[in-house]
Amino acid sequence: MRVGVVTFPGSLDDRDAQRAIRLAGGTPVPLWHQEADLQGVDALVLPGGFSYGDYLRCGAIAAHSRIMSEVISEARKGLPVLGICNGFQILVEAGLLPGGLIRNDHGDFICRDQKLRVESIDTLWTADYSMSQEITIPLKNGEGGFIADDETLKRIEGENLVAFRYLDVNPNGSLHDIAGLRDQSGRVVGLMPHPEHAVEAGFGPDTDVAMKSGTDGLAIFTSVLRSVVAA
Amino acid sequence: MAIIVVEVMPKKELLDPAGKAVLGALNRQKVDDFVEVRIGKRFELHVDGPATPAHLEHARSLAESLLSNGVIEDVVDIRVEESPA
Repeated sequence: MRVGVVTFPGSLDDRDAQRAIRLAGGTPVPLWHQEADLQGVDALVLPGGFSYGDYLRCGAIAAHSRIMSEVISEARKGLPVLGICNGFQILVEAGLLPGGLIRNDHGDFICRDQKLRVESIDTLWTADYSMSQEITIPLKNGEGGFIADDETLKRIEGENLVAFRYLDVNPNGSLHDIAGLRDQSGRVVGLMPHPEHAVEAGFGPDTDVAMKSGTDGLAIFTSVLRSVVAA
Repeated sequence: MAIIVVEVMPKKELLDPAGKAVLGALNRQKVDDFVEVRIGKRFELHVDGPATPAHLEHARSLAESLLSNGVIEDVVDIRVEESPA
């Protein structure tokens, strides 16, 4: 099972995403933003970072890059796509997920181990979680405030498109504590926190059991491997 | 030489954290005659020669499709300015 990871100029977490895919049992396929060929991957990750320096708007220039026109058309045909942080910003700029992401309401960059509640498990990227499961994965962003107009918010809630919600602390002023979204098909998911940084004991968030032992992010990657193999 | 100016602002109903930070700085300097600061963007699209209606039309469509994101921003003005050169 081959999972593409797109590298844009300014991507930071592409290697971490590749590593997470490998640890979950898949084969990561590095893809470059100027390519138009997705090399027949079974699923695709848009990683975190600051693509094109976050110029114009976060994710906006990447959303118009060569590879993204291919990603958008394949996603509409059913290619599973996960956007993490900057990747989530790219997905909303590309119109694959609703709403927008703006500067954190407190104005500061924030980096913390963030508790989330899984709000949707009938997606290709969250099937290995249980409903309402509480997980902790790192969050690090300056522009993670999720916003949408009232009508869009109503539709998001009405159609159960929230994939993850912030728990205990809303770290950036996101409306309805929204940390991540899914599309109606359950094949496209985006979230601000970073599951790829919580996939191996020794390198994840602290837990009650031991320091750095948190691996709550791994299920995102095992979910898609299982779903796509089963399909 | 003409310049087409496109101005984009964060939507009124949204918090503009950057503008709020500047207002905070003003308040700390005892400036109290301004009650709000909002920060937007000004794009200058340079044309080699005069700006035609086609240039303006193209600028309008780019302003909506790329230069702004209608979910979080509004295009507040598009106009032609002659360059002094």
